[in-house]
Amino acid sequence: MFDFLSDYDNPTLLGAFGMTVKLTVISGLGSLIWGTLLAAMRVSPVPLMRGFGTAYVNIVRNIPLTVIIIFTSLGLADVFGVTMGATDFKVQGFRLAILGLVAYTAAFVCEAIRSGINTVPLGQAEAARAIGLTFSQTLRLIILPQAFRAVIGPLANVLIALTKNTTVAAAIGVAEAAYLMKKMIENEAQVLLIGAVFAFGFVVLTLPTGLVLGWLSKRLAVKR
Amino acid sequence: MSSVLYDAPGPRAKRRNVLISVAFFALLALLVWFVYDAMNEKNQLEWALWKPFTESQAWTTYLLPGLADTLKAAALAMVIALPLGAVFGISRLSDHLWVRLPAAWVVEFFRAIPVLLLMLFANEAYDRWANLTTEQRQLYAVVTGLVLYNACVLAEVVRAGILALPKGQSEAAKAIGLRKSQTMRIILLPQAVTAMLPAIVSQLVVIVKDTALGGVMIGFTELLSTRATLAAAYGNPIASFVVVAIIYIVLNFILTSFASWLEKRLRRSKKSTGAVLSAEDMEELNPAATGGTYGTGAGGAAPGGGIT
Repeated sequence: MFDFLSDYDNPTLLGAFGMTVKLTVISGLGSLIWGTLLAAMRVSPVPLMRGFGTAYVNIVRNIPLTVIIIFTSLGLADVFGVTMGATDFKVQGFRLAILGLVAYTAAFVCEAIRSGINTVPLGQAEAARAIGLTFSQTLRLIILPQAFRAVIGPLANVLIALTKNTTVAAAIGVAEAAYLMKKMIENEAQVLLIGAVFAFGFVVLTLPTGLVLGWLSKRLAVKR
Repeated sequence: MSSVLYDAPGPRAKRRNVLISVAFFALLALLVWFVYDAMNEKNQLEWALWKPFTESQAWTTYLLPGLADTLKAAALAMVIALPLGAVFGISRLSDHLWVRLPAAWVVEFFRAIPVLLLMLFANEAYDRWANLTTEQRQLYAVVTGLVLYNACVLAEVVRAGILALPKGQSEAAKAIGLRKSQTMRIILLPQAVTAMLPAIVSQLVVIVKDTALGGVMIGFTELLSTRATLAAAYGNPIASFVVVAIIYIVLNFILTSFASWLEKRLRRSKKSTGAVLSAEDMEELNPAATGGTYGTGAGGAAPGGGIT
């Protein structure tokens, strides 16, 4: 019953989900860095930076991810010759997909971090200054520890959304789970079984992440 | 100046901020120039490529029909997903374990699966077991995928909306002798729907964005796929991307602004209990399993929260 699964070797079932995981991890790290920078801009005392951060977030999160991913391929690569240092077409697609995913996900990471900072009551910072702590001490000892704990839940959600969003990379020919499912489902008779296999794969990827990080965020939440 | 992070700037901080502003402006200018230069070099700024968008043909032949399909799919998905979501959301609040558990499983299952897989599956299923024209099949597949996922997200919204109501509401209902079903129907649901409105409008943005998936992966003729035909006709990929992106941004910005306006209005209104689910709370509901405690819209969000 499951023997047809081994007929596919480009990619294999495990290879496809491996690609999904790879996309998730690399894009996750990239968007964490870019999103943190954006969040820093949005909460900075410099109006111009705040404006840029706000504009970026509002523009990017209102564009469908599909549009962004397709644009990296048909726009950046085909018109402007952005190949991300790749000579091989498959590698290029993979890197472009990561570029698109990072650009998109960073907007949500930024909002998650900002909401974490916003949960810290103003009185905390005022009290810190009142006892004579310097700016860096206030940040290091009082605000960031509280903000980090408040940010785990929202960031976990962003990570899970990202895991599911990596499927959009199939639109530019990256051989990940959705790409393989499309191939299988068109050529095989067992549509329900294929659907179940891939659904199960994503449940395995997202559910434990959600449960573990959800539990962690509840455990670490600052009780107010 | 009320920020957790820094005090009102003194003379030195002001000077430093001005310096940072200037440096950042230079960076931005460099970026703009870099993009302009790249566009110029590839001749993407020529008026001939942008001109079609000032004439009616590009709009009437390509963009507007595409936009109409996008909106049609989004509206259909919303209208079908909402009652379904309400059923599942209320089932999850049931006192009976045999109702609560299956509902919870179904909801968590469909929230854990990417919309794209649901669409691909629905497309293939309709192709094999239903007698539909190609166009119908594509629309049905996109709507089915969107409904399965969004009904489950909306189920969580309904649940959170009901839980956000003050406890006194159901206690008062009990006190005057209403049954459980009556309490839900007469007291809780009507108020929860009001509290949920902003969140529901925010979910529309997610739905509109996801329709684009159907265009690329199963050939549904929505805005993004009509962009491809348009670009092929006029030979202007970059310009068409820019215009389509702007259409999406404007459309979704209108929706989000409407959602935050609704939220503000509901918070102010005298009639309601002031329980409102904001777009901020929505973001917690969108991805998969997070285990269940959700904000009531009172905390967390900055004043006028959501998206400014």
